[in-house]
Formats: sequence, C-alpha cells, structure tokens
Amino acid sequence: MTYLAKPRLLTANAPRNALGYTRRDYEGAISTLCAGCGHDSISAAVVQACYDLDIEPHRVAKLSGIGCSSKTPDYFLGNSHGFNSVHGRMPSVLTGAALANRELIYLGVSGDGDSASIGIGQFAHAMRRGVNMTYIVENNGVYGLTKGQFSATADKGSKSKRGVVNNDSPIDLVALALQLGATFVARSFSGDKEQLVPLIKAALRHCGPAFIDVISPCVTFNNHAGSTRSYDYVREHNEAVNRVEVILPRDKIETTYPPGSLRRIVQHDGSILHLRKLAEDYDPSDRIGALNYLQGRQALGEIVTGLLYVGDGTQDMHGHLNTVDKPLNQLGDAYLCPGAKALEALNASLR
Amino acid sequence: MSAVQAIQSCNEFVIKFANVNGSGSASANELFSRAIMRMGVPVAPRNVFPSNIQGLPTWYEARVSGQGWLGTRGGCDMMVAMNPQTWDRDVAAIDPGGYLFYDSSKAMPRSKFRDDITVLGVPLTAMCNQEYTDARQRQLFKNVMYVGALVALLDMEFDATATLITDRYRGKDKLIDANINALRIGYDYARQHLPCPIGLRVERSDKVGDRIFIDGNSACGLGAVYGGATVAGWYPITPSTSVIEAFSSYCRKYRTDPDNGRGRYAIVQAEDELASIGMVIGAGWNGARAFTATSGPGISLMQEFFGLAYFAEIPAVIFDVQRGSPSTGMPTRTQQSDLLACAYASHGDTRHVLLFPEDAYECFTMGAQAFDLAERLQTPVFVMLDLDIGMNEGLCAPFDWDDERRYDRGKLMSYEDLEAGKNFGRYLDVDGDGIAYRTIPGTHPTKGAYFTRGTTRNAYAKYSETGADYVYNMERLRRKFDTAKSLVPAPVLHNAAQPTRIGAIYYGSTSPAMAEAMALLEAQGVHVNTLRVRGFPFCDDIMQFIADHDYVFVVEQNESAQLRSMLINEGEIDPKRLVRVLHYDGSPITARFISKKIADAVSEHKISPIDQAKRKVAP
Ligand SMILES: Cc1ncc(C[n+]2csc(CCOP(=O)(O)OP(=O)(O)O)c2C)c(N)n1
Ligand code: SF4
Ligand SMILES: [Mg+2]
Repeated sequence: MTYLAKPRLLTANAPRNALGYTRRDYEGAISTLCAGCGHDSISAAVVQACYDLDIEPHRVAKLSGIGCSSKTPDYFLGNSHGFNSVHGRMPSVLTGAALANRELIYLGVSGDGDSASIGIGQFAHAMRRGVNMTYIVENNGVYGLTKGQFSATADKGSKSKRGVVNNDSPIDLVALALQLGATFVARSFSGDKEQLVPLIKAALRHCGPAFIDVISPCVTFNNHAGSTRSYDYVREHNEAVNRVEVILPRDKIETTYPPGSLRRIVQHDGSILHLRKLAEDYDPSDRIGALNYLQGRQALGEIVTGLLYVGDGTQDMHGHLNTVDKPLNQLGDAYLCPGAKALEALNASLR
Repeated sequence: MSAVQAIQSCNEFVIKFANVNGSGSASANELFSRAIMRMGVPVAPRNVFPSNIQGLPTWYEARVSGQGWLGTRGGCDMMVAMNPQTWDRDVAAIDPGGYLFYDSSKAMPRSKFRDDITVLGVPLTAMCNQEYTDARQRQLFKNVMYVGALVALLDMEFDATATLITDRYRGKDKLIDANINALRIGYDYARQHLPCPIGLRVERSDKVGDRIFIDGNSACGLGAVYGGATVAGWYPITPSTSVIEAFSSYCRKYRTDPDNGRGRYAIVQAEDELASIGMVIGAGWNGARAFTATSGPGISLMQEFFGLAYFAEIPAVIFDVQRGSPSTGMPTRTQQSDLLACAYASHGDTRHVLLFPEDAYECFTMGAQAFDLAERLQTPVFVMLDLDIGMNEGLCAPFDWDDERRYDRGKLMSYEDLEAGKNFGRYLDVDGDGIAYRTIPGTHPTKGAYFTRGTTRNAYAKYSETGADYVYNMERLRRKFDTAKSLVPAPVLHNAAQPTRIGAIYYGSTSPAMAEAMALLEAQGVHVNTLRVRGFPFCDDIMQFIADHDYVFVVEQNESAQLRSMLINEGEIDPKRLVRVLHYDGSPITARFISKKIADAVSEHKISPIDQAKRKVAP
C-alpha cells in the first residue's frame, strides 16, 4: 500500500503544476517507518494534494506531536517549516503559530495516542477555538512508536497482537470533532488514495478547523486477525457515504453526474466541493444528523468514511479575536510600541 | 489610657485596615494612600487577602514613611477595625500606645478594648443608614466616610483628597459629588467629636518627587506592550492574572488599529498551562513575540515544554509571579520559591535565563527587555517577580522609553540572505557566541525550511543520533548560556559607608527591606556591602563580590535558600562561605528581620572568619 518517495531523479518531462513544481518538490526526507505502514500512504496523499492544489510548499507550516505518525511531516513537504513538538500538545503549538501568522497554511499531523490519549484536551480545545487548520489523525488504534499498546481509539473487544482483549470503550475523534465545532469533519482510510487525496485537498481549502480521521494500519503491531484496524478489516467494513471532488475557481467543470446524486458546496475561499452521494440518506451539512448516522452505523460494525460534515467556514479564531489582517509576526516596531510620549501621559495618570 | 504614652509620630507610622473581602474597601483604602502621596509623603501599601472572593477577612496595611522606606515595617500604630469577625486579633495587633479606629454604631463591652491604646469611635453605620437608603451605597460610602474621618484625625489635607476623587471620576459629576459628600460627613464628624489631630500626623513634604504609583503586574503588562509582544496565551492563576488583564487593557488602548478597530495583538485564554505555554512556543517559533504569565503551579505544568523550547531554541517570555504553596491557602501570600524550578526547568541538561525585578519600574523595563533577550538568545526568559511587587501598588520611578530604541529580533536569516547564498545551518555556531541563525516559516520557497525537533539533530537540523552531533550541540548551548551572562541586567553594588569584609546578596522584592536594613545596621556600626542580583546566568562580578568578602549573607524569601544553591552550583563556591538569611512565612520580608539576623550573626560570631589564603574561588 505504501507509495514511498523514490530517489530524486531529474525527470525533465515530469508533469508540473501551475507553479511549475513537480511532485518531487512536495516530497520530504526518506521515510524511516516500517515498510507497509499506513502512515506513509498518508504522507504520499499530502504530497499529491498539495501538488494538485498548486500550494507553494514554503507557505505551509506542518506541526506534529510525538509518535510514528508525528514523525511523518519530515517525510513530505521538505520545503515547509516543520515542528515535531511534544506528545499530545501539537494543537496548542499550532494554535500559537496560527496566531503569529494568519497567512500560512497550517497542517497538524497526529496519532490516535497523541490526540485521543495524552492529547485529548488540546485536541478538543483547538476544535472549539476555530483554529484555521487541517488536522489529520493517523489512526491505527495503537501506540506504534512505543511498540503496540492500545490507544484510546482501540475498539472494545479488539485483540492486541499478543492476544490481549481491549475492555475499554473507544473514543471516536470524529464524533468529538463534530460536537466541538469543527467545521469540516471527514474520515478516510490510508489504503484508499482515491478517497483520501480529495478529502485532504478539500480540508486544505477550508477556512476553520478541518479534521480528518484517517484509519492507518500499523503493520507491525495491529494488522492481525482480531484487530479492527487491520487492512483486511477496514477494507471489509468501510462504508463511504460520498466521494468528493475539489474544483478550484480556475478549473473548468467537466464532470457530469446524474441529477440528484451530486451535491455542490461552495467553500469560503471560492473552491467548490462536488460530493457524489453513495449513501442515499446522508446529508453532510447536518451536524446532528451526521452524529446520529455515525453512531447508528458504527453500532452495526461499519466504518463510515467520506466527508461527514462541512459547515460554513467563514470565521476562524482570528475572526473571533478581531485581529488585524497583517500577520502579527510582521508588524514593525512603529505598530507595536506606543513610544515615549504615551508613557509620559501614563506616568501623569499614575501620580 | 493608662501609663503607656500614646505614640507620637509625624510622617512615620503604620496603619492597618481590617476589612471584609468584597465590601468595596479596596478603592477607599487606595484613596487614603494616594491622598498621603499627593501631600508628598511616601506610602507603601500592601494587601493581605485570602484566596476567596467575598466574605472573608482582608487587611490593607499602609506604611507611611517620610524617610521613604517602602518595605513592610512590622507592627501597627493604628488599626482601622472594620471587620467584627477579626476584632479580637486586630485589637491585639496594635502596638502599645497605638490607636484603634472603629465603627461605634453598636455599643461594645469594655472588655473588647485595651487600656494601653487610644480608642476612636465613629458611628459609621448609623451615619450611613441615615444618609442613604440603598444597601450597596450604605456599604460603599461607609468606606469613604472612614477615609474622611482619618483625613481629620491624621491632619491630612481635605482638598488633596477631594481632588483625587475628582480626578478618579472625571466626567461623572454625580459620583464626584456623592463621594466628596461622604468624605465630608466623616471628616466633619471626627472634627467635632474626636481629638483631632491625634499623635500620628501627616505633614506635607516633597519626598515623593516624580515617582508614580502602580503595581508590578500592571507594569509587566505594559512592559510586554512596549516590548512588542503580540501573542499571549494564559490560564488564570493568582497572583499572575492581572498581568494579562493589564496587557489586555493596555493593548486595547495602544494597539487598536485606528482605521478599523482591530487588534494588533492576540490574547487566548487557554484550557490549562500546558496549552498556554504551547501557544507561546508555537508563536515564538513562527516569529511573533509571545508570552505567558503564571505562578508556581503553572510553572510545574509547563516543565516539558520549557525543555522543548530550550532545545528547539525558541524565544518565549514567562512572567512568574511567585506565591506560596501548590494549592489553596498560601496562594495569596508572597514567596521567592520558584528559582530552582525555573532556572533548571524540565528534564535533560537545561538551564534558563531569569530576570529579577525589584519593583514595578523594573517589571516594566525587564518585562520589555525580556523579549529582546528571548529573541537574541532564542530561548525562554523568565521574569521572576512575586506577589508582593506584583499585586501591591507601590511607588517607583516614572517609566521611560527611548524612541530611538529598536527591537532586537536576534539572528534572523532573511530571504535576501538566503538568496545571496549564505550558509544556513539552523544549529550552526557561525559567530562563536553559541547563537545560531534561524528562519521564520515562510521565508524562502526553497532555502529556508528546516524541521524543528527537541531531539538530536546535526548543525543543519537533520535528524541525527550521533554522539558527536549531540555533544557539538550541547557545547554550543553552553556557549550560548555564557553569552547570556553579559546580556542579562548587571548586578547593582552598594558599598557601605566604611570598608567592610561583610557582604550581602539579595534580589527582587527584598530590595526595599534590604535598603532599610542596611541603614539600621549602619546605625549600629555594622557595615555591609550589598549586591543586588538582577539576572541569571550570574556574571563574573557576582562571583568576584563573593570572593571579595569574608562573610557573605544571601537574603531570600524561601525556605531552601534557592539563590544560594544556584550561586554554589554555578560559581563552584564553598557552601560555608554563603550564610543563609531566609524569610518564608508568606509575609514580605522586613528590615527588622534582616538587620536582626545579620547583626546577631556578626555579633555572636556564628560564622567563623575565613582564612584568606585557604579560600578557594573559581576564576
Ligand atoms: C510525555 C510523553 N510520554 C510518553 C511518551 C512516549 N511515547 C512516544 S510516542 C507514544 C505513543 C504514540 O502513539 P500514536 O500517537 O498513536 O502514534 P503512532 O506511533 O501510533 O503513530 C508514546 C506514549 C512521550 N514521547 N512523551
Ligand atoms: S510501528 Fe506501526 S505505526 Fe510505527 S512505523 Fe511501524 S507500522 Fe507504522
Ligand atoms: Mg497510533
């Protein structure tokens, strides 16, 4: 399933995007993850999505916590600044970075342990705050980096590699994100590039907190029979509600769908999402309906994937705070320092 | 009044107000202090308040000192006893010959008073009930009334006090009239019924000069504005909350874009201290000047992040308003007990830059300077104040600012530098001072990016677990810390009137008590040179001062002698050479305490003289 970065060869006739970049320009260091790890496929999907969207790599800031998943930002977008922070605290570091410069694109990468176990508090609050970001959890149900302990998203009753049964109820990050005010919520599977790449693209073009839970099998510790995060299990239980296509303002709309099966959503930045319905009764603009649907299907053992909810991303954290348009990290002394005169007046009022 | 003589003192006394928390007494007490300062007489007020919002006792102590001593003195010459619950202990606290002022609306048994004090009763409640119908007004104006009575009793200027009210409520004429009326009622009653003035008096003087009156936390918030901070992440905790409140209100005043009303700053109340420091670090990494304000418990929670910021070399400013103890109880008391927790915060071989302001003026200057230092050194910088200077208003030098001054953004690699082909190694020591160049995210399409991590990497920020790379990095960080020695504020030396072999080191809020203690000791013929430490890492002058004296006292407001430990550790000083003077009951240290400890030690020869030849001092 992995489509790893290949050695850099100068291919003169490699396809280029509107910026003149090849796909290679979006790749990073060679991955050190286990061969076949789902996380590598997600990295490749990020590369593809950024290439497709003509994003300038250096306009992206990629932040992560700690874990195999959190190591991946080193393996894509080598021309972006990256920050491998501390375990479970990526959301606050990303929030601070976003406060400093509202103009960059923020990509948070985390694991299920990183976000649902140690970091669940920060995960929740970043969603609440409306941070403008794409937040990807590479969800394998275990702590890969510390050798396979259950994480908080592991399903009740699922079996570890050593045969231990998990008795604790799982945390569903998608349900939490929906409740906490994320304005874009999706779930996908690292083994389904066709579904994942457009979802990442749509999220990157979304204004506000966009969350994608990507089931990403850990081939070393959680890919056995009895696991509910193995490639086989996920393929068998994957129920996609829709397929997304991202249309940028510059694109000509060519695809035609039979009437009624297509839903068109215009995002705040002008990008258009074409959602092809797979589940007849699914409405991705209904937050409460999404929650109900998810829980109903989950009870039947299905893994619901697709773009589960998209709201109007019109105001993010900077909107709430009413900060100036110019990035705070670019305001010069004259804009920040009130100067000696103001101080004299203040002194006078303090006597 | 029995044989004890009533205290007679002009411009030198301590008056205490015993109030009920939340009764609105704070602003009346402040009015009282400011009125005295308007007469040119220095006052040092302090709050003693419990960790509750309403209904519990709270005390306000104002030390009036024509000589200008601003530390707590100890003792109480006059008690304004407005809280029936604490009556007994308040009456007992008055020095013999002192004065008791109370609300005499209800008759009190004789046994509730003392024979050796002067009792001054004013029927405040009765007068208020007669004058006002609204319950809240009765409460608030009772406070102003007692100020009026005190103005008469202490021979203060009625007009100076009234002008203050006019200034405070400018534009709200009704409030001005009502307050001045209440002031007048109290004043007139005292003049008619009590022996005005009493033995304690305030006489106009010129000892206040151009000094201003402000609390340290507000000064920190203002320092952050002047220092160019644009991002604050915080979580409420006494006694640091008002740093952020001040930053917020100064930002509204000075940092609102006149064209569109939008802010040139962002303040986020985080879900906890982990998140607040995380935001600060994220913002610092991304090139904004960012800070948080917290106290001991928050410092504990932030530990892992401090280590990350140290190793990832990210600027951050932390205002630590120190207090006592982890949970409820002592949080509203002062201490200097977080030095070790901050200086060596986090796991691994970390060490951090600390600044020690002595008063609100330095809270402002160091508060602003901290942002330059953090960016110059690319590391967290801690401004170590405490509850005493943070939450009490006090007199300090007026703030000043040089308009020529530009922010020192430190070593930044720009787009132009990268285009020109400059060698960019994020952790490469090109200048020999241990400080490497950094790029801000977004700087250059192909040349400026690097991957930030706390773990091992080589000089070019590439992942590496090689021992040699790790050692290179640690040695560079050590050099960087040495560079910091010359950048933090230098210590302040004060030589005694006569040459002496005795020295004393102190820092932060101990300052006013120390100055007074030295005067007390000098009067006893004990001469002590003093050195006020203002920053960590310690510069060589501090070690030289220790080397130059036979006895060196280290005066601190904590139990474990934390600065002393740091001096021993950093300067490889023989522990015997540094004598502890420790005050840690939660109240501010006093001159009486310091001078007694030092005088006792000197006279009893508790410390044996040290043979010059045997003394070993690090170069
Ligand atoms: C404070 C702290 N505690 C524990 C660890 C050890 N640790 C490293 S990664 C990890 C779990 C990572 O799990 P997950 O986020 O699911 O990532 P994965 O490796 O599965 O992709 C733990 C517990 C740590 N780095 N920091
Ligand atoms: S341990 Fe699991 S999660 Fe980690 S790299 Fe290997 S397969 Fe991936
Ligand atoms: Mg995991």
